[in-house]
Amino acid sequence: MRNYEIIFIVRPDVTEEDVDKLIAQMEGVVAGTKGKLEKVEKMGRRRLAYRVAKQREGIYVLFRLQGSGDTVKEFERRLKVTDTVIKYMTVRIDEDLERAEKFKARRSKQESKRRRAKPAAPSAPQPAAEATTA
Amino acid sequence: MPAPRNNPGDAERPQGRREGGPSGPKKQFFRRRKVCKFCEEAIDFIDYKDARLVGGFVSERGKILPRRLTGTCSTHQRSLSLAIKRARNIALLPFATGA
Repeated sequence: MRNYEIIFIVRPDVTEEDVDKLIAQMEGVVAGTKGKLEKVEKMGRRRLAYRVAKQREGIYVLFRLQGSGDTVKEFERRLKVTDTVIKYMTVRIDEDLERAEKFKARRSKQESKRRRAKPAAPSAPQPAAEATTA
Repeated sequence: MPAPRNNPGDAERPQGRREGGPSGPKKQFFRRRKVCKFCEEAIDFIDYKDARLVGGFVSERGKILPRRLTGTCSTHQRSLSLAIKRARNIALLPFATGA
């Protein structure tokens, strides 16, 4: 199982209900391929940085899910045949998440080390210095 | 070979004085940020969806700004460039912009 983030852009002239319908449909795809949905987010209407399918705006939708390649394959196939979707992108994020986790762990370790070292400091620091480091 | 330093992309550094032309002294262009923004704010994962953040590291023409201008550390510059490229792919950032 891997973590993926699939982001896609829906044409701006699609109504809110239709977007919701599409999202429900895609959720069904994830469930049907034994994927696990983590997050669905409508990022809303945004200006596109360049024209896509003659549109200057688009409705962004983000899916974050856990699943195998088959899930992503089916998901992308469905997006491709859906006319209202003008662009999509899949990003594998498990490696990024792991890396972020590692950094976080390292930082908290350093933090605790520093905190332990502080009271043992020989001379009492001035209150002003204390305030800035706190 | 160092490029002439009056390139675009220094929009967010207003204190940088622009002196085109071969005369002016080389020193007083724009001051380099001394620390990496991502290290300072402890951002572990640079999210391509945050166009506001990532877009600040792109020149007016949409090019990725070099480290020597932004002060980003090498680790973060690498993940930043990846984030910018992803954002370009999904139309959050331009590949290139005229003017």
